[in-house]
Amino acid sequence: MEVILKNLTKKFPSRDKKNRNEVTAVDHFTFEIPDGRLIGLLGPSGCGKSTVLNLISGLLKPTEGSIFFGEDDVTDLPPENRGIGLVFQNYALYPHLTVRQNILFPLENLKGKDRLSKEEMQKKVDEAARLVQIDGLMDRRPRELSGGQQQRVAIARALVKRPKVLLLDEPLSNLDARLRIQTREEIRRIQRETKITTIFVTHDQEEAMSISDLIIVMKDGVVQQIGKPQEVYDSPANLFVAKFLGTPPINVFDGRIRDGRLWIGGDAVLDLKGVMDQEVYVGIRPEGFVLNDKGALGCTLRGVEVMGRDISVVSVNDAAAGPAVRSIVGAEDRLTQEARHKPEGSPIRFDVLPRKVFLFDRRTEEKIDYEVRQRRNGD
Amino acid sequence: MNHQSDYDKIEKTARAKSIAAHTITYLFLAVWAVIVLFPFYWMILTSLKSYGAYNSEYIPKFYTLSPTLRNYADAFTAVSLGRYLLNTLIFTVITTAIMLVVITLAAFAFARLEFRGKNAAFVLFLSMMMIPNELVIITNFITITDLDMRNSFAGLILPSVTSVFYLYLLKENFEQIPDNLYQAAKVDGTSDLKYLIRVMIPISKPTLVTITILKVIECWNSYVWPRLITDDPRYFLVSNGIQEIRENGFGRENIPAMMAAVVVISVPLIVLFLIFRKKVMEGVSRGGTKG
Amino acid sequence: MMFKKQWNSGLKGWLYLLPALLFLGVFMVYPLVDVFIYSFEEGYNSASQTYMGTGGYNYSYVLHDPYFLQAVKNTFLLVIITVPLSTGIALLISLGLSSIKPLRDLFQTVYFLPYVTNTLAVGMVFMILFKKTAYSDGLINLFITWFGGNSVDFIDGPYWAKMFVLCFYTIWVVMPFKILILTSALASVNPDYYRAAQVDGTSRFRTFARITLPMISPMIFYLVITGFIGAFKAYSDVVALFGTNLNAAGMNTIVGYVYDMLYGDSGGYPSFASAAAVILFAIVFTITCINLLISKKNYSL
Repeated sequence: MEVILKNLTKKFPSRDKKNRNEVTAVDHFTFEIPDGRLIGLLGPSGCGKSTVLNLISGLLKPTEGSIFFGEDDVTDLPPENRGIGLVFQNYALYPHLTVRQNILFPLENLKGKDRLSKEEMQKKVDEAARLVQIDGLMDRRPRELSGGQQQRVAIARALVKRPKVLLLDEPLSNLDARLRIQTREEIRRIQRETKITTIFVTHDQEEAMSISDLIIVMKDGVVQQIGKPQEVYDSPANLFVAKFLGTPPINVFDGRIRDGRLWIGGDAVLDLKGVMDQEVYVGIRPEGFVLNDKGALGCTLRGVEVMGRDISVVSVNDAAAGPAVRSIVGAEDRLTQEARHKPEGSPIRFDVLPRKVFLFDRRTEEKIDYEVRQRRNGD
Repeated sequence: MNHQSDYDKIEKTARAKSIAAHTITYLFLAVWAVIVLFPFYWMILTSLKSYGAYNSEYIPKFYTLSPTLRNYADAFTAVSLGRYLLNTLIFTVITTAIMLVVITLAAFAFARLEFRGKNAAFVLFLSMMMIPNELVIITNFITITDLDMRNSFAGLILPSVTSVFYLYLLKENFEQIPDNLYQAAKVDGTSDLKYLIRVMIPISKPTLVTITILKVIECWNSYVWPRLITDDPRYFLVSNGIQEIRENGFGRENIPAMMAAVVVISVPLIVLFLIFRKKVMEGVSRGGTKG
Repeated sequence: MMFKKQWNSGLKGWLYLLPALLFLGVFMVYPLVDVFIYSFEEGYNSASQTYMGTGGYNYSYVLHDPYFLQAVKNTFLLVIITVPLSTGIALLISLGLSSIKPLRDLFQTVYFLPYVTNTLAVGMVFMILFKKTAYSDGLINLFITWFGGNSVDFIDGPYWAKMFVLCFYTIWVVMPFKILILTSALASVNPDYYRAAQVDGTSRFRTFARITLPMISPMIFYLVITGFIGAFKAYSDVVALFGTNLNAAGMNTIVGYVYDMLYGDSGGYPSFASAAAVILFAIVFTITCINLLISKKNYSL
């Protein structure tokens, strides 16, 4: 089932007694979610992503705009009639019911012609349990399960009615790191098997990037960018998206364009085409640096950090917005090895890879497109 | 080595001091335990003495060599103790049951539903917690008399149902149930009433049990209202019954039989308390008072 | 979570509230208003439900009634004697309880027993223990004569003796609640304070006065306030000891006076009863306010 959001807006009355203005949690959200895909709704906490989910589920009513499931306008439909499954961050399992009773609960609410016989219900419960691989735990109570198991039960409960749309609200944030990776693969598998359109909310960009077909990046109730994870990473629409995606995060510099040259501090880094002279923000991904003794960008070495397979060179540059410039470099590189033995405070130079360098307008923070005339390096 | 002997001395006096302190503490606690238990012992002892034996003891004896259950038989036959007990049981069960239904619905509305005027209604309820019973009992007496409900269970029960404090306790408990559970149930198409019955009540069972026990104790011991509203011994509860037995009881002052009645009245609650000791004490410390 | 149930108007909420509102309205709100009206209606006749006029006569009658004055005196004496005594003894017992390990549960259970007993029924036992009859001087008098005293009838005898039994029984009855509250208050004091005091060589008394007492003082104030309120409303324990004809025994309390005016041998005067009830409420309210003020003041110190 495709989900179409048109102009969706949600305003809440302000909690601040003095300031009676309304708070806009979701601002004119328009998007078509294709059928049978896994969509990651990504943004920092408080950006309105959970509100979007609650609007789709029907737990909240939009202030403006409409929601379609396929052809049907469901904007005013109560949640129980929308055919959705919802999984909460804290799982919201009924603590006094066993796993079996928890999964059975939604089926028992069906009335009239939808009502199933006892046997059919049990069959569906068993099916859902098998899908999420908890068939051995059916008579336990939620508190006797680990976090990951509870999560599976919650998913089974959401799936047992064969929903048209499955909504997951921060499904992994209560799990420890190892379990999180395992469970997200699990969600991916279940989604592939069931082919149910699934939307999940997360503030963890890595999580969203790793399993989604599409990600939607939100900030302050406004959609920033929609696209396949890699596309969004490789071509962020604005500074916020660039900063939000990627670990370690992108390095931002104050830069300026003069006569077709991009300057960071006193260094001319790239020669550009088709861009006006202006002040810009320069974002360079950590993997966009290459150590080179005669490189275009000069920094001061702070240290070299070895993190398993990656080695990152930490340095400082006066034009950098953050406290340090972090670059990920090849471990086998001769220059990397040398850098490890240089004392703190030594000068160090990099070349930058143009496709890892993004320019943003100082005022709007929107991306500025450019072409590279010539890569400046010491070769 | 001088230090060593000093230390020994200090250790010795410290130990002696601590032993003395413990002995005094235990002694003191034991004295109060005897003061608490003695009336219970005396009432059981007296109830086992025969009428003749009791009255012949100018100096009361602390034991009896010829215990008899005769007094218990008298308590059930000579006066209508059985009826008082039955009345109290009916009164307690119905009052508690109605109260539970009423406060559960109200607590659910306050804790879970959103509606206009909710806060005003809740403030009204809260302010009623401070109103002493003595102030409203006069009008209630007249109301029930006007409704011709004196000497009836309806008259006994209806004004005893309201318990703002328990409503408050339950509402607090309901509010601790995460919102997500309600949303999950909503998504699954659970009606409000079904959610209340299937989810909230089972989760809040410990609090409901506590409230039930406290209300049962309150009902079992209630005296003032039943005394005002019943003058027909057929509707007496145990408190009034025992007063009636005292004043017009066994035809003559039959203390052993009276004590037998007192034992019978006291036993149910004591048994209830011993079974639910933890719950009762926890419930009382959360807001019970005596009186 | 800013979740609201919006697809349903407020009607449902009120529907769930309805039974509670009905009970509350009929048996609390309406009577509360009514009692003040009654208290100003002069010469109310409950048979014909008519009254002659309005004014403060009911109050002046009650305030000049010797029975009422006796009841006020009894009640005040009871309050002044039992509240400090019971709180003090309860504090001692709770301190004792918190300093021992073995038998603690047993003691706690025993101490709680009076709470779950029927005040009327157990009061009867106290009456027998203290009463002096033609057949027997009673157990307490036996003890008194052992120690060389003269026997006295505590139930039908001199005023001080009756007051003594009443206070004794009242303390016996209110003790469980106070012990329970104080033991849990003591248990909630962080033991690190005691360890620190012990290491510093602080004496037991100083530890109590400077650490324990300030820590549990909110609970003590709570107990004093509820104790005042409870003792002002004393009634059923008095009936248990002295029977229903309290005016004759000279042992009536304010609450007893209210009920006697309303119903019973001297009853049938709801206006007088209302006036007395309002006076009682005023007294309790004032004293509670004073208590709260004192406790506030102590906190700010």
